[in-house]
Amino acid sequence: MPMEKSQRPLSPHLQIYRPQLTSVLSITHRVAGIALLVGTLVLVYWLLAAASGAEAYAAAQQLLASWFGRIVLLGFSFALFFHLCNGIRHLFWDVGLGFELKTVYITGTAVVIVSIAMTVLAWSLAYALRGGA
Amino acid sequence: MKFRTPLARARGLGSAKSGTHHWWMQRLTAVALVPLSLWFVASLIVLATADHTTVIAWLRSPLVAILCCALIVAIFYHGQLGLQVVVEDYVHTEWLKLASIVVAKFVSLLMAGACLFAVLSIAFGS
Repeated sequence: MPMEKSQRPLSPHLQIYRPQLTSVLSITHRVAGIALLVGTLVLVYWLLAAASGAEAYAAAQQLLASWFGRIVLLGFSFALFFHLCNGIRHLFWDVGLGFELKTVYITGTAVVIVSIAMTVLAWSLAYALRGGA
Repeated sequence: MKFRTPLARARGLGSAKSGTHHWWMQRLTAVALVPLSLWFVASLIVLATADHTTVIAWLRSPLVAILCCALIVAIFYHGQLGLQVVVEDYVHTEWLKLASIVVAKFVSLLMAGACLFAVLSIAFGS
């Protein structure tokens, strides 16, 4: 379906604007979402390894416990908590709540703080349960 | 073409009474993923050092297997819908947009299938 190219002037493009918390969180939400979808390859691998037997599972555990594996899991966990918190913010918007500019900034800041706190909490718990290893 | 009304051209292409379906399914899977993903992450924190036998025993409990299947379906349904929106927003070459969406949907389906296969083969395994 050919679209007729409009000759009317365009509004300024995105890179003209100074980044704001609102716009940065918006694009980060999408980036985190895509990262999570790519990151679920780890879930596929982990589950298939568990289904394949003890040897494959031990290899998967060893890979995930390596420094590289831990960095991937750290990034994945932060992306998950961020997307989760900001997603809840989006769900509130969907029912028409929290659109006031002040509220948008308060919830935006809260999303950043809570998602960092959840990441720290999750990893502290994981390390505490393994006995610091 | 000239004799076709704008309505005739729009039929079947636009929101032919299914306009909100994509949006609604994205929210529905999002709501489902809030408790499911929190439960799964909490479980993984506990299972981080567990050996194979423990993990298999965990996955074999009916409740865990069912919740895992629900989580897998929700993850890939939600992920594929989200990726579609991103592609539609940023890819403006028609064939590339269509191809990307088709690939995203097929790959998501394959990944979901692999996860479900793994969970069910553990749950039903001897």
